[in-house]
Amino acid sequence: MISSPEINISSIGPELTVLLTAIVILVVDRWVAKRKPWLPLGLGLAGLALALGVTLSLWNQSRAGFGGLIAADNYALFFNLIFLIAAAMTFLVSRFYLDQNGMQRGKYYVLLLFALLGMMVTASGTDLLTIFLGLETSAVSLYALAGFLRGRVKSNESALKYILLGAFSTGFFLYGVALVYGGTGTTNLGRIADHLAKTDLLSSSIMLAGMGLLIVGFGFKVAAVPFHFWAPDVYEGAPTPIAAFISVGPKAAAFAAFLRVFSTALPALKPQWTPVLYVLAILTMTLGNLAALSQWNIKRMLAYSCIAHAGYVLVALVAGEELGNASVLFYLFVYSLMNLGVFTIAILINRRGKGNYHLNDYAGLGTSHPLLGAVMALFMLSLAGIPPTAGFFGKFYIFAAAVKSDYIWLAAIGILNWLVSVYYYLRIVVTMYMIKPEIALKRVRVVPEFVVVLLVSALGILGLGLFPSGLMFLVKSAVIF
Amino acid sequence: MHPTYSRIWEMQITLEHYLFLSAFLFAVGVAGVLTRRNALIIFMSIVLMLNGVNLTFIALAHYLSDMVGRVFVGLGVTVAAAEVAVGLAVVIAIFRNKGTVHIDVLSLTKW
Repeated sequence: MISSPEINISSIGPELTVLLTAIVILVVDRWVAKRKPWLPLGLGLAGLALALGVTLSLWNQSRAGFGGLIAADNYALFFNLIFLIAAAMTFLVSRFYLDQNGMQRGKYYVLLLFALLGMMVTASGTDLLTIFLGLETSAVSLYALAGFLRGRVKSNESALKYILLGAFSTGFFLYGVALVYGGTGTTNLGRIADHLAKTDLLSSSIMLAGMGLLIVGFGFKVAAVPFHFWAPDVYEGAPTPIAAFISVGPKAAAFAAFLRVFSTALPALKPQWTPVLYVLAILTMTLGNLAALSQWNIKRMLAYSCIAHAGYVLVALVAGEELGNASVLFYLFVYSLMNLGVFTIAILINRRGKGNYHLNDYAGLGTSHPLLGAVMALFMLSLAGIPPTAGFFGKFYIFAAAVKSDYIWLAAIGILNWLVSVYYYLRIVVTMYMIKPEIALKRVRVVPEFVVVLLVSALGILGLGLFPSGLMFLVKSAVIF
Repeated sequence: MHPTYSRIWEMQITLEHYLFLSAFLFAVGVAGVLTRRNALIIFMSIVLMLNGVNLTFIALAHYLSDMVGRVFVGLGVTVAAAEVAVGLAVVIAIFRNKGTVHIDVLSLTKW
């Protein structure tokens, strides 16, 4: 007799809300889009607010559903929070950008919601099956979004490169899943751990190969060196709001799954995967920072800086334990806020039009637009990790965790990288305040939505920089280790 | 019958055979992605990789008499189809703008 698995529909409450919102917009857009272009945006924001409410209402209840395929534990809900904030900010900055490029379409918001749905599933998946499906749902939607400006060659190229390398990495990830399934006979994370604890499979080549392929798959998704090729070109060519979203959402989702898989399913293999991640972390930080030094396009520079930031998070993964895993969550939250803020300003200061984002465009910004300049400077200081911004505490917790777990050398290399990164972030601040612009700055029109986004991210960074313990408390209640 | 032939006829096809065949298919796919420069052929190579993985799943599911592997194959095929659908749409958009699908021309190799 086949017993039906326990469904427990409330465990996918936030995901369901996002899915229904996307479907409603898809239907509504068909009929009224011409007359009411703001409707998809409004409905989307309402749906996101509702999903946020559902997420908060499920806090501390730790519901599992669908026979152990998915769990709405605090860990997943914390990541939902990151994704929802990122999606809401992307929604807000998109209307202006799409108007500018004459591509105002309701489908854009629908695809964005589907991508969000995929990320939420990834973070809450407790089975390799759900994690795979979540990763792919978000990836396929984002491929389409990266190429959304379909008349522009750069956007096409960005989408093609994203798809080719994304699908390539999917192959590796799926093969890893298959080998882990072959080694343990299950894809449920908890049962994989049980099986590994009971049997002497640890040194079996099938498990090691599976683990290695999973690392390659996740490495592509988080853009860790040497699997980072796609990131700079995709960020450069994709519509800027989408580049912002790609740099935050899928990366956080992949890290969520990465951490969950390796700390709940494969803790028995920790001696085997720690050295691999150790090397990956060093390569990612160092190459990311060195490449960022020589970039003059702000989107490419941010792409390499995102790669370097992924390296810091890998340091936290290596450190492990409660503090290490908590600092992953803390860092990803802070990182999303500051990255979305910087990309928002990059959308505003696109002076030469048509996707030219030269760093010299920022010359004189500090004197002609004091407020905007100050906010940009704040983001740069936070990315560089200078107190009293939240970015400082993000890095501080990570390196504290590394030292606590006796990875002194790793922490030392990380801190050296931190110093290198200060140079290229502060270069922008110097450009803004000290260098005379070649062409006089045109007045930058800051639309109300942008004010909201910049205000939220700037206040968030400053607030968390002054009082990091509040977020740390939240993180400690969400962390798994 | 010749002794060698009879041995081949009597050979058991074991799990290992399937695993090696699928690893081989996967490797051919990877080689195709890395060496070919036509976007369509790269897509075909990626699908070959995914089908190699599907073969692993089916063989393991049969060997373990478990359903999960079979479910994975169904989902894997669906995901591959979705990826190729979006991919072909992008290839068409590129062809309209550039008149080629050769990735060298698209400065995509700026790795």
